Order: sequence, then C-alpha cells, then structure tokens
Amino acid sequence: MMENLMSGYLIYWLIGVLFVIGIHGIIQKNNFIKKIMAMNIMQVAVIIFFLVLGQKTGATLPILIHGVEGAENYINPLPHALMLTAIVVSLSTTGVALALLLRIQKHFDELEEPDVLRGMDQ
Amino acid sequence: MREHIPALIAIIPLMAALIAPVVAYFSMWLVRGISILAILTAHIFSLNALYHSLTVGTWHYYFGDWAPPWGIEYVIDPLSGSMASLVSFISLLVAFYAGPYLKDDTWLKKGIFYGLYLLITSGLLGMVITGDLFNLYVFLEISSLATYAIIASGGRKATVAAFRYLLIGTIAASFYLLGIGYLYAVTGTLNMADMAGRIQELMSSPAVLIGIAMIVVGMGLKAAVFPMHGWLPDAYTYAPPQVTAFIAGVMTKVSAYVLFRVTFFVLGAANGPVYAALTVMGWIAAVGIVMGSVMAIAQKDFRRMLAYSSVAQIGYIVLGISLGNMLGLIGALLHILNHAVMKSCLFLVAGGIKWRTGEHSIAKLAELSGKMPLTMGAFLVAALSMVGLPPTAGFFSKWYLVLGALDANMWPFVIVIILSSLLNAIYFFRVIENFFLKKREAGEAVKRETGAPKESLELPVTMLIPIVILGIGILAIGILNSQIVTNILQYSVPGGGL
Amino acid sequence: MEFVLDYRPLWAVLISLIAAALIMVSGRYPNLRETWTIAAAVGKIIIVYSMLPAVLSGQVLEMEPIDIVQGISLHLRADSMGMIFAALASLLWLVTSFYSIGYMRGDKAKHQTGYFASFAVCLSATMGIAFAANLITFFVFYEILTIATYPLVIHKRNQEAINGGRKYLAYTLIAGQLFLIGIIWTQIIAPGGEFVPGGFMAGKATAGTLSIIFTLMILGTAVKAGVMPLHGWLPTAMVAPTPVSALLHAVAVVKAGAFGILRIIGYVFGPELLNQLGVADVLAWIAAFTIIVSSLIAMKQDHLKRRLAFSTIGQLSYVVLGGALLTPLGLLGGMYHIVAHAFMKITLFFCAGAIHIRTHKDYISQMRGIGKQMPITMAAFTLASFGIAGFPFIVGFISKWNLAIGALQAGKALYVAVLIGSAMLSTAYLIPVGYMAFFKESTEFNSFGEARLDMLIPIVITAVVSVLLGIFPNAIANFYDLAAMSASQIVDISLELLGGL
Repeated sequence: MMENLMSGYLIYWLIGVLFVIGIHGIIQKNNFIKKIMAMNIMQVAVIIFFLVLGQKTGATLPILIHGVEGAENYINPLPHALMLTAIVVSLSTTGVALALLLRIQKHFDELEEPDVLRGMDQ
Repeated sequence: MREHIPALIAIIPLMAALIAPVVAYFSMWLVRGISILAILTAHIFSLNALYHSLTVGTWHYYFGDWAPPWGIEYVIDPLSGSMASLVSFISLLVAFYAGPYLKDDTWLKKGIFYGLYLLITSGLLGMVITGDLFNLYVFLEISSLATYAIIASGGRKATVAAFRYLLIGTIAASFYLLGIGYLYAVTGTLNMADMAGRIQELMSSPAVLIGIAMIVVGMGLKAAVFPMHGWLPDAYTYAPPQVTAFIAGVMTKVSAYVLFRVTFFVLGAANGPVYAALTVMGWIAAVGIVMGSVMAIAQKDFRRMLAYSSVAQIGYIVLGISLGNMLGLIGALLHILNHAVMKSCLFLVAGGIKWRTGEHSIAKLAELSGKMPLTMGAFLVAALSMVGLPPTAGFFSKWYLVLGALDANMWPFVIVIILSSLLNAIYFFRVIENFFLKKREAGEAVKRETGAPKESLELPVTMLIPIVILGIGILAIGILNSQIVTNILQYSVPGGGL
Repeated sequence: MEFVLDYRPLWAVLISLIAAALIMVSGRYPNLRETWTIAAAVGKIIIVYSMLPAVLSGQVLEMEPIDIVQGISLHLRADSMGMIFAALASLLWLVTSFYSIGYMRGDKAKHQTGYFASFAVCLSATMGIAFAANLITFFVFYEILTIATYPLVIHKRNQEAINGGRKYLAYTLIAGQLFLIGIIWTQIIAPGGEFVPGGFMAGKATAGTLSIIFTLMILGTAVKAGVMPLHGWLPTAMVAPTPVSALLHAVAVVKAGAFGILRIIGYVFGPELLNQLGVADVLAWIAAFTIIVSSLIAMKQDHLKRRLAFSTIGQLSYVVLGGALLTPLGLLGGMYHIVAHAFMKITLFFCAGAIHIRTHKDYISQMRGIGKQMPITMAAFTLASFGIAGFPFIVGFISKWNLAIGALQAGKALYVAVLIGSAMLSTAYLIPVGYMAFFKESTEFNSFGEARLDMLIPIVITAVVSVLLGIFPNAIANFYDLAAMSASQIVDISLELLGGL
C-alpha cells in the first residue's frame, strides 16, 4: 500500500506542492524578481508533471531499437515533445517579464510591489 | 490554395507579424498597409470558411496531412467560423483606427507595434480555429505574450499593469496546461473531437474532475470572470488607447469561447461534474454581474468604468453558458458578438476623446456632443445598447438570456440581469449627462493641439470610420439579430440546427 | 374582423422617423427644419386618417410581420383601439407643432434642432405603440418613447432639468425592465404574444402565475400612466418646455401608459380572465385612490403647470379605472377618455405656455386679472377646466358618463361616488384659476396683451374641438364609434347591446 503510494502517486503530490509553492510565491512575495522566480517554479512543476505522465516502468527511450518491438516497451514521447514547446513558452515569458522589470526599475527606481504601487498613485 | 484556407487564417497574420519590423525600416506606410492587408485577408478567409461550414459542413483541416489524433487538426464549424470572423473584423477596424496614434513614432516603434498587434490577432484566431487542446495553449501564449508587451508600451503605469497581467496570465495558462495534462492522462489524446468521444465513460474519474476544475479556473482567469478579474481594470486603463478596444473587445471573449468550447464540445455539459462546475460558475457570474456594475458606478475614470463594465458583461456570457439550454447558449454567443462590438466601440470613443482632449476623467469632460457629433452619436448608441434598450443589439442578447434563465427556472438570474441593466443605465447616463449636457467650466479638458479646426473636435477620418462602422453595426445586429440567430448561431450550439 | 395586408401602419411610424433625420440634417435652416416637422405631421395625418374608413368598416389593416427575435416579429396592425390613439396623436402633433414653433421662437430657446427631432421620434414611437400587434413590438416602441422623451425633459440643460431627467429615467427604466420580465414570461407560456380582443392568456398558466405576470405588466405601464404611488416623475418632468408637457405629458407618453394598460386588460388577459383572477379590483382601488388623492394634491399647488400635472395624474386614472372595471361601458369610457382628456388638457397646457411666454408668470397667485389682457386664452382655459370637471356639452362629460354607467354595470356604485367626488374636486382646483383671471383686479397686467397668433390659433382649435366632441362624440375621426367597436370586440357582444350614450 505504502509502496504503491510512493511509486504511484507521491510524485504527483510533490508536483502539486511545487505548483502551490509557485502560486503562493507569485501572490505573496513583494519583490518582483522573487515573483518571477516563483512563476518559474510553477511552470517547472507543470513541465515535470507532463514528463512524469509519459514515464513507464521498464520502458526505454522512444527511439526504435532493433529487436525491441511493441509500444509498451517505449515510453510515451508526446509529453516530452509538448514540454519542449512549454519550455520555450516559459523562457519567453520570463524574458518578457524581465524586460518589463527593467522598465519598471527605470520608471520607479523600485522593484518592491508596495513601493511601486505608491509610485503609481503619485 | 483554397483547401489551405483554415491554416492561412492564422498563418497570414503570423507571417506578417514576423516581417513587420523589417518592412517598417524601409517604409512607414508599407508596414501599415501590409498589416491591414494581412488582417483583411484573414477576415475574408474567415468569412469564406464560415460560409463553407454553413453550406457544406464542418471544415476539417489536417496539418501536414497528419490525420487526428496524431496530427494537429483545425476545425471550422459555424461557431469557430463566426468567432474568427468577429475577431478579425474587430482587429481590422482597430488596426485602421490606430494610424493617427502612431504618426510621430519611429520606424522601430511602429514596426514593433504592428508586429505585436498582428501576433495578438494571429494568436486569437489560432485559439478559435484549432481543434487541438495543446495547440490552443500555444496560441494562447502567443497572444498573451504579445499582449503583455503591447500593454507595456502604454507608458509608465502600463508597465506595472502589464507585469501583473503577465503573472496572472501565466498562472492562468499553467492552470489550463495542467488541466489538459490531466485530461490527456486519462484519455491519451489531445484532439478535441477524439477526446469528446473517449471521455464520456471516464467522467467519474477524479483526474477528470481535477482537469475540468483547472481548465475552468484557467480560462476564467483569462476571461476575467469575477472574482478573478483583478488584472483587468489596470490593464485596460493603462494600455495604449489604440489597442485597448481590441484587447477589451475580443481577448476576454475568446477565453470565454474556449470555456464554452471545452465544456460543451469536449466534455459534454450534460454530465455530472461539468454540470456542477457550470452551476457554480453561473452563480459566481451572477455575483460578478452585480459587483462589476456596482464597481463601474464608483469609477471616476472613463476607461476604468468601461473595464469594470466588461467584468459585468463577461458575467452575462458565462451566465448564458452556465444555463446550458439552447436559449441561454444563444444568448451567450449573441452577447459575445454584441459585447465585442459595443465595447470596442466604447473604447475607440474613449481613445478618441483622450486623443483630442488628453482627458479621461468623466467629471472633466463636458460639452462634447456639439464638438464631435458623430463620435458621440456612436457612443450614445453603444451606451444604450449596453443598457439593453431596444432596438439596439444589447437588448436582444438580454432577451435570450432572460428567456433562457426563465426556461431553466433560474429566477435569481433574471433579477440579476434586470438589475444589472438598471445599474448600467446609472453609470452610462451619468456619462451621457456629462458629454451631452454639462457646460464646460474654466480649466476643464482643454483641446489639445492636434490640428483640428477651431470649433470642431471631430476625429480624423481614419479614426472616425471604425467608430461609425461599429455604431451602425450595433443597430444592424439589433435589427438583423433574428437572421444572425437563425442562420449562424443556432448551428453553433451543441444539438443546434433546430 | 377581417385582416387586410397593408403597409400604411408602418409608414405612419416611419414618416416622422424620416422627418427626424431630415430635421437633424437641416438644423442650420430653421424654416426648412420646421417645414419638415409640419410636412411629416400632415403626412402622418393623411396616412392615419386614410385608414379610418377601412377600420370603421371592421377591417384590420396589418403588415407582413418582420422577425426581430426568433419566433417573435415586429408586427404593426391598425385596429379600432390603435386607431383611436393614432388618430388622436397625429392630429394633436400637427396642432402642437404650430404651437411649438411659436413657443420656441418666442422663448428664443436653444437646441431647437434636437428638440424637434426628438419630438418627431416620440411621435414615431407613439404610432408604433398604437399600432403594435404584439407585446414585443409594443415594448420596443415603448422603450424608444422613454429614451426619445429624455432629451425633451432635460431641454433646459440646467440642474433642475437634469434632476428631472434623472428621476424620469429612474422611474421609466425600472418600470420598463419589470414590463420586460412580464413579456418574456408571457413569451414562454404563450409564444408570440399577439394581441387578441378578449385576451389570449386564459388557461395558459396557474392563476398565481397569471396574477404575477399581470402585476409586472401593469407596474411597467402604470409608471408612465402616473398611477399613484408611481407618479413621482411626472410633476418633476414639468420642467420641460410647455409644448412638451402639452403633447407628451398630456397625450403621447402618459397616454402610452394608459393605452398600454387598456391593451393589457383588453387584449392580453381579457376581462373574463381578470374577473376570475380578481387582480383588476386591486387596480381599480388604486386608480380610485389616485383620482381622489391627486385632486387633493392639485389643490395645493400654486405653480400652474404642477397643478395641471397632478390633474393629469388624476385624469389618467379615469382611463385605468375604466379598464379595471372590466365592463363594456367602462372600457368604452376609458378609451374615450384618452381622447377627451387629451383635447382638454392640451388646451390647458397651451394656455399655461401662452401665459408663460407672454408674461413669464408661472404661479397661479400671480395671475390675478390676467383675463383682461388675454381674454381668449383665459376663456379657452376656463372652458377646458369645466370640461375636466365633467360639465355636459364638453367632451369630458361623455367619457365620465360612460365610466359611471360602466361602474354601475359592474355593480360597484362606490366608483360612481369617486367620479362625482373627483368632479367636484376638479372644479375646486381649476375653476379658481379662471375666476382669478377674470374677476380679480390687478394693476400688474396692463402691458401684455393676447398671446402670439401662432399660439392662439392652436388654443382656440383644441378648445373648440373639446366642445364639438362634447356635442357630437363622433365629429372627428369617429372616436366614439372606434371606442365602441373596440369595447364590443373585447367583451364579445354586439354593438347594439353595448348601450351607453
């Protein structure tokens, strides 16, 4: 029972925790850089989630090997392919976010949310 | 060529987006021409595809000839066809309108603006016509990233608004991605039609439940459904005026469309968990309608008022979706169309006023009706439509929504819709009083030097034409709504074509 | 009834709408602009009155329905009851147009283009209401009327006018939404909602549901009809220029509400069903209450237009009462009172406006001896006052007589007492104005003189018509026959058995 939980579901719980940590960070942290870091944690959680989905016990890389036949012997390649795209998206999001932060830094001289909001009101 | 039309709808603006900055270096007016031409082509193709879907049947397009579920499929049925036509139409008008705003910009700024604008258009069109859930996510991110950047170009405060929108948008997209991950885990497919066939017997699985919840939350965030609307007022208020109309008119609507598409066409709303999720959404939407309207009354800034009004109006759409019956869904779809046209028109007017007077505060704007008669005429029509008075378009979507609510025996929803029309009347007539009746006092909203003749503040023709077209459109939709419903919308809802 | 395909009802609506557009365009040339108004008014009269013989012969002229919402169409039809309202409004529009031109030029008012355009749109909406063949068409024009009247109420653009406009919108928009719920509900239980003499709701739902729908619809229309306690907007809206008060707050807008109530009673629910439900009794009590209380309030008003406004509130409830009695003669009296009150009250408002333009006096206490200066105006005023009080040989008598008989038919003699009491009260609040004008001495009024000719002529016309109709109820547009026809269709008895005058 315990072992089943460990090998079967625990990893999903861990991913869930990672995801929640990310969201918590985005909402709770005041520093904009920390928010971006939290955002990345959240995105990584999603990526790992997909990779785990493709995993199969006892299966090998999805490259056709002579002598090994049948789909059950290969892990599912599709989630990996999807996550390549997701990683690119995550990278560009981070890029845009950092570019925005540069602008904010220039306009407000601050990267702490309360200070920036005060700056907006003026 | 003709068989590739579904793909070209999204790809033409995408290609144009990539070359826009380069073209801008060589010729300022060429980039504008190319952008408008690209969107126009996309619009014509969308209409063509819509016509095809209505006359011949749903148009399936397989990318690279890979048949689903392996390949990516584009599906143009009456629903996605009409949404694509709507998106490209609004995009076309706003692109046309943006001209005078960019007059003094450098080639780089101009090129990047058009590039980003085309990216948003392409992303939204892609979201609408794709038949693949992951592909939808990619287009979602394309349009979102471009939106963050274009909002940030609105100035000092806009950067902060854009950054916060980026964080929330990313959370939303991650939720959506996780949701389709769960659904993929149980069904093993990402194609919408394929998944719809397989998921029915798996409905009781907890993974499906979590997946549904996550998709609903993700798309709810993107669509700014109350109480997940926090990003919207700042983003709409500080975005550059020339694009707010497009973002406000179309972006949230496309997310609402995705919500509709996923819940009804993929999951099948008759089923337990989806039905439960929709019921919850309905009540939340009802609260959102009232709260959005009340918040709108409290606003002093014209654009912020419109933004809160959008929160309420999205509530109408979600409410209609949550009712789940034929009439409610038709009401929701008609309201997507109506609200896109009305809100774009209002934001274009707001942008025009800002351009002429440099002012957004409702209290400081006075005596505009004589100075910009056509703009104000369009504003009046749009405002009456928002209140929902016949024979403007807004009345008829309200009509279907109330009819649907009564059909489902949801009395509280009827009261909410009626109450909201009255609240809309309060904040719009307040603005009307200021624009039409108030005398200008010294120090208020002085005309900016924009080369207009002394007495008149009327906008230049390039800005005026889109506003007037939308104003006439509101009346036209109102008068022709029965044709729209019988010929298009009733084929767009599941089990439609009655 | 014989249905005939005819597009004249639609043209009656469109002609003033087209005129409104032309008026907007030709704002710079006042004479041209006023020509459009007059031309449209004459055109409208020709269109409406050309349908009269056919309608009197029992035909119903209707256009091909145009779908506006799935399953429901924009449908206009000229039947006997609609003809009463349409013939009345189109005739009085022409009279008021002449008066308006005199008034607005005499007042040197601003925003005249918007004023005349809104006026024309209001008349289109009124025609639409009169000729509406189903509930949704009725509602569409009802709301257009609400909005088109707003610019007229706020015409003076000062704070008082803006407040009046706000109050007006608050009342009418809320009422409109309640009405809308009723209509949509009706749409679900009885799709289509086509008006049928005698009603179509019988047996469509439980008594409770029907009562709620009836209440919603009556709430929606009663606000415009100024039934207490929903009358609050009407006295405030008197800030509008006098021609507006005259035509809209004596004829078009408020009568649209009263007309709506009669339509709902006669053509949606039907007297028979309402008798079973018993809700009409409540409406009758409220109407009786309004008649008495508004007369009492009117006595205390010193502002002439406000006094007339409260008088209007009371008189409109005669119409409502007539409908709520559910008897043939009650309905007849109610319908005819729409006509009777219109001619009398428009005369009174015209006089008030003439006094305002000539002397800038608005308060009754300032009007001592004014009759010496403006004898014709004040004579017309006094005549109309007697009419409102219900003296014989003036048009008001005919409707009140029928209302009283109708009350007796229903076996409710109490309402006869209400009618008599109200007649006395009307005498008490209107006759003193004439008395003050003619029999009190004042040195103040030496320098004025009779009203402008373009205002005086409409006053004389409406006053003369009031007397003419009082002696020959059918003298113009066969109003009495139309009302009798409609009443007999609603209760489904032959014209001969109807009785009455």
